Amino acid sequence: MTAEKAFRNDGYAKVSGRAAYADDFSVAGMLHMVPVYAEYVSAKNLRVHTEAALASPGCVRVITAKDVPGRTHFGQIEKDYPIIAVDRVRSYGDVCALVLAETRDQALAAAALVRVEAEPLKPVLTVEEALNPYAPVVPGYGDTNIVVEHKLRKGDPDAAFAGCELILEEEFHTQTIEQAYLEPEAALCVPRHDGVIEVYGSMQHPFSTRRFSAALLGEPLSNIEVYTIAVGGGFGGKDDTAACVCARAALGARLTGRPVKMTYDRAWSFRESYKRHPYTLKYKVGVTSEGRVMAVKATMYADSGAYLSVSPWVTWRSTAQCFGPYSVDNVHADVYAVATNNIFNGAMRGFGAPQVNFAVESLMDMIAAELKIHPLGLRRINMVKQDSLTVTGQKLDKHVVSMEEVMNRVVHDIGYRKKYEQCSFGKAEGDELYGIGLAISYRGASLGAEGMDFCSCILNGQYDGSLLLETGIHENGQGSESAMILILAEALGCDQKRIRYRRPSTSNVPDSGTTVATRGTIMGGSAVMAAVAEFKALLSAHLAERLRCKPDEVNFHDDKIWGLNYEYSLSWEEAMRELYLQRVTPYAFGSFKAPDVSWDDTNGQGDAYFTFVYSCQAVELSVEKKTGKVKLLNIVAAHDIGKAINRAMLLGQIYGGITQAVGMALMEDFKLEEGKPVAHNFDGYILPRSTDLPPMTGIIVENHDPASLTGAKGIGEPAIELLAPAIANAVYNATGIRAKSLPIKLNPEDLA
Amino acid sequence: MNTLTINGADYEPSDEELGLTLMRYLREKRFLRGTKNGCEQGLCGTCTVVVDGKPLRSCRSSVEKNLGKSIITIEGMEYPDGSLHPIQRAFLDSGAVQCGFCTPGMVMSSYALLLREPAPDREAIRKALRGNLCRCTGYQQIVDAVELASRIMREQDLPVEAGCLAHDR
Ligand code: FES
Ligand code: FES
Repeated sequence: MTAEKAFRNDGYAKVSGRAAYADDFSVAGMLHMVPVYAEYVSAKNLRVHTEAALASPGCVRVITAKDVPGRTHFGQIEKDYPIIAVDRVRSYGDVCALVLAETRDQALAAAALVRVEAEPLKPVLTVEEALNPYAPVVPGYGDTNIVVEHKLRKGDPDAAFAGCELILEEEFHTQTIEQAYLEPEAALCVPRHDGVIEVYGSMQHPFSTRRFSAALLGEPLSNIEVYTIAVGGGFGGKDDTAACVCARAALGARLTGRPVKMTYDRAWSFRESYKRHPYTLKYKVGVTSEGRVMAVKATMYADSGAYLSVSPWVTWRSTAQCFGPYSVDNVHADVYAVATNNIFNGAMRGFGAPQVNFAVESLMDMIAAELKIHPLGLRRINMVKQDSLTVTGQKLDKHVVSMEEVMNRVVHDIGYRKKYEQCSFGKAEGDELYGIGLAISYRGASLGAEGMDFCSCILNGQYDGSLLLETGIHENGQGSESAMILILAEALGCDQKRIRYRRPSTSNVPDSGTTVATRGTIMGGSAVMAAVAEFKALLSAHLAERLRCKPDEVNFHDDKIWGLNYEYSLSWEEAMRELYLQRVTPYAFGSFKAPDVSWDDTNGQGDAYFTFVYSCQAVELSVEKKTGKVKLLNIVAAHDIGKAINRAMLLGQIYGGITQAVGMALMEDFKLEEGKPVAHNFDGYILPRSTDLPPMTGIIVENHDPASLTGAKGIGEPAIELLAPAIANAVYNATGIRAKSLPIKLNPEDLA
Repeated sequence: MNTLTINGADYEPSDEELGLTLMRYLREKRFLRGTKNGCEQGLCGTCTVVVDGKPLRSCRSSVEKNLGKSIITIEGMEYPDGSLHPIQRAFLDSGAVQCGFCTPGMVMSSYALLLREPAPDREAIRKALRGNLCRCTGYQQIVDAVELASRIMREQDLPVEAGCLAHDR
């Protein structure tokens, strides 16, 4: 139990049932919209017949591509994702019509009457097929299924292999994973009297939602106002598809002039929303007899599915972090995203790192076993240290490189060395095999060279001493608004009760990019600090006289504003009133731009990220010989997140991330058969439940980061990216069996 | 008897409403939208309510089947003055809430557990919550919350009973 109580500005609403998610809103006169799927995996000459549906009771309108005033296709990078399919069907998730009716039941009944015809084409279902030069080309743009190609070239691995004692060549596979947020996608769109469409949606990125909606409607961005409401989880998964759901409802509202609600059921959500990319990873690693990794060659293929989404960025991260937190002089990596007719893959918490870490951290234990070196020792020899060079040639000299400290904390806490000696390694008297395993990682914080990285914040002091705060960071349930409030209260030395987080809208705060990549705290927090600097300067200038001091002597603490030597002070009420009386608005706008990063596409070299989060996770488990069932016994995780803002929430992020990684390691597998999802609900797609988890310990390491104005980095993604290989290593140490694909399935025969 | 008691108040569903699932009736007809729809197939627990002291997935049960019974939803947990039930308080204090979509169902399953077993150990809590998925928290702080609530209610001699049923407060 944590000693400090958790703080959440939305806590009361959420425990009392008052928090309103998209489907909880309703408006008088609201229509209900449901999607109609094209029912093909790959087809051309799509024709949609709507007459019967239109005649069905309560049906108001059926929208098809020909009704679209703007663009039917959109996307974050390539505009290839059909919000409504036209002519060509590329995946089983493609929607070809939208049915609007007075009630949801009527909309569903009418949708069943929409008739779809098309000429089926032979789909491309695997990366191998897609790479065949004679394979049909899936994307509508370009002339190849290789839609992304990243390379990294450092040193000369081929020459270096020659001098190595051990050369290991291995192939790993990871599975498709569904984000499985508990709230399916939903949106309510309301046409406003001034012509603006208001959007209340279950989405992760209001600005992306606005772009999708404006594109579909063919209208300026300012015609759409997207509000932040409670969102039932996202984990990276509520961007393109969730934005499409909002855009479709917006189109319905525009075309009918009535409010429109579109709520997805679980089957639609599974069918249509993008997933985590499955990877094939091939590694060749050369090591000296002392355990120094001299050379690495890596080739990776990610199945991007039918649409590009953010595949270029996901695979970029895999490239920039292609050999874990290790400093290696000779590295070549080639990373490809390949289009198929599978459901498309996009962002999910971890973003191209969990797949790579699974391979790399498995390899490290495999090398240690071959060379008979302790796995901890092997990691210590190769891991990045202060001033080390990363595989992209980046010198780590601008923050504390705490890889070893973080690993030591976990090793100590769990008693790794002693327990490692006690592992069964495939032999045990009884029915249970015991193993402990560990993995380490570093993670480039925020977007890095992936994209535009800045954020803004508005502080608006009120006449009575209360404060309104707004930033461009989006609350997805992770507690980012609460973190921003805590940062502001600390920086202004004021009572946190003075502060209200203003409900953000895309028509107010400027576009601050998407709240992904563990960038919420670092970017939003830094924007708050930038606004605070402006705000304090303004207040100091106008209050100094009343405080009988110079402006630079004014200070802020104990919920008051003070002059020199604590002689004079003003309450926030007095201070704000004073500003208003001077006809000065106590208002500040701050913005923070991430420190510069660099990247050379030709060789994958550069300062990829402005800082890194260092992580280590260890797990103890037992394997039942009779059944091959893995039981987790204990998990310890340490992360250097710079500075803790909201401890209980931080631990919650760690435990939650670990749990998703448990799913990745042992149970989750979003299978497609002939391009169609096998699972339609949580009976076919198995998530970790309360009884599947052991006690977890989260250790927070705090080396304040100079690149962040608060010192804090972030935790969202580091938490999920390394437990799967730790489990694979523990399973090996228990059974002697090396799992090279996920999820891990053990055959009882192999354990006898 | 054609009556349904929800959070202490009686309702008479119309014939048409009798055929609805309890979840839809609560959400769409009674506007009790704290009861969430995460799967509609009895698999995720977000729609959990407590019926005559037992947890029920309201998406899998019709209004008709619940006639004559007393139903407590998340909205019935707090006291009439808006103060929180110790279970709700404990969820807040333990950091058991992230996106909050599972929270109402979790609170209701916890309530049913504590009605039946005032001092469950962590293992029993985990078992009782097995039917409730949470994708955000990893469950640990939810288990902490139930433990904390149980301890506080015993130490301070607070009734487990839902706030809407407490008359002498
Ligand atoms: S909505 Fe009832 S169990 Fe999921
Ligand atoms: S808090 Fe999000 S599902 Fe539990």
